[in-house]
Amino acid sequence: MHILGDTQVVGLDDVSFTVDDGEFLAVVGESGSGKSSLLKCIYRAYEPTAGRVVYHGAEGDVDLASCADREMIRLRESAIGYTSQFLDEIPRVPAVDVVARPLREGGLSTAEARERSEELLSRLQLPEELWEAYPATFSGGERQRVNLAQAIAPQPDLLLLDEPTSALDPETRQAAIDLLREYLGESTTVVGVFHNTDVVEAVADRVAVLDKGRLQRIVPVAEYEGVVVA
Amino acid sequence: MSLLEAEGLTKVYGDGCAVCLDRTGDRAGTNQCPICGSVVACADVDLSVKAGEVLGIVGESGSGKSSVAELLALDAKAGHTDGAVRHANHEGNLLDVDYQTRHELQNGEISLVHQHIRDGLELGFSGGGNVAEKLLSAGWRNYEEIRERVGSLFEATEIPVDRMDDPTSTYSGGMQRRVQIARALANDPNVIILDEPTTGLDVSVQARVLDMFRRVQREEDVAAVVVSHDLGVIRLLADRTLVMRHGRIIESGLTDRVMEDPHHAYTQTLINSVI
Repeated sequence: MHILGDTQVVGLDDVSFTVDDGEFLAVVGESGSGKSSLLKCIYRAYEPTAGRVVYHGAEGDVDLASCADREMIRLRESAIGYTSQFLDEIPRVPAVDVVARPLREGGLSTAEARERSEELLSRLQLPEELWEAYPATFSGGERQRVNLAQAIAPQPDLLLLDEPTSALDPETRQAAIDLLREYLGESTTVVGVFHNTDVVEAVADRVAVLDKGRLQRIVPVAEYEGVVVA
Repeated sequence: MSLLEAEGLTKVYGDGCAVCLDRTGDRAGTNQCPICGSVVACADVDLSVKAGEVLGIVGESGSGKSSVAELLALDAKAGHTDGAVRHANHEGNLLDVDYQTRHELQNGEISLVHQHIRDGLELGFSGGGNVAEKLLSAGWRNYEEIRERVGSLFEATEIPVDRMDDPTSTYSGGMQRRVQIARALANDPNVIILDEPTTGLDVSVQARVLDMFRRVQREEDVAAVVVSHDLGVIRLLADRTLVMRHGRIIESGLTDRVMEDPHHAYTQTLINSVI
């Protein structure tokens, strides 16, 4: 699916699965097993070479792998969120506004959006003196908290999370787990890539295990006992 | 139709010959005709911009992106032009309209922010005067109303209002760029063409100008075509992106798809060249 000159690199091979409405699916596997590629194919940051990604939205089914670019943009604005492991920096925008931006674009007033943003940052234990500072100056864990807060803030219909807790210490990770469970609730379907077994066990309904681009198995979290290798 | 559409946009500098278009472009590896020596700045460019959408055009120097920008802004001067530019609120091909109509469009619905500050501003005039000139062209006559409008445009583009009457030559580069953007916004256009918006600005100022533009663009719901060789600028502003080389569009798609999963070998090189 990736083309580098004349060499084709197979990122994912014949992966098929279904995620139910409101379900939390954790995707695990070794580095290079295709976890991030899977999320990017769903979000259309990568274009799959073959196959379909059917999104059952409020207005009917859409194949995200082949729909028009503008349809994808519309769905991204209204229903499908994605965040990578690292904060995609907008220069000179304070942390509180980074998180408030998607809320404002979703229709909240600036004051309401900032209030919700502060609540999320506070629950992720980001020190209050950093709220008005630029994330470019933050530590990895602080930036990741801002990143996670802005990803979950709008409570999208479908949320794709790529290792959103990888740089958090155990205490903050627990705060992130609590927030994911309580804030997102039943209305948001999540497909998330995680490295930490404790996060997977705490938040996921089912676990998909990828191995060298293939879906090895997909099991309810209670039956998942695999060690997640970093 | 979309708000703004271009079809078969072509621009040739030189006399041109029968084989110019066949012997130039991505496969030919040049934009200069080997037979007659004419330069095909752009050819067969199709694009469309929806209301409120931001379209990026990226490519190296000489790829034809500025020629496309000039054609879209009805600002093309020399050279032989072919193709069509259409706007949802107007009949016919805007490349064929008379001087008067073009003047009205440029002072109304389609605005251009020039790459070079000197092309867009009279540096001897005050900053406020540069913006007011655009309002006068659109028929504004009341002095108080003009001053009030210029003041609010200064505020929107984050230029200190108390500098309004100072000569534009005394402004910093970042402020001059803001005056250009304020000018471009003056008559509530529905599409703005931005040609290399960060040229001549140092990095710290670039970010602030781009963030200001992004905010104003969303607040006003104005569509934009952003032309830049800088992938960071395109990534920050554009929803969809076209990649140009040797005067042709070689790849197009969602901006993050083009950047993360580039299909064309040249786009891969371009993405991997970023320091």
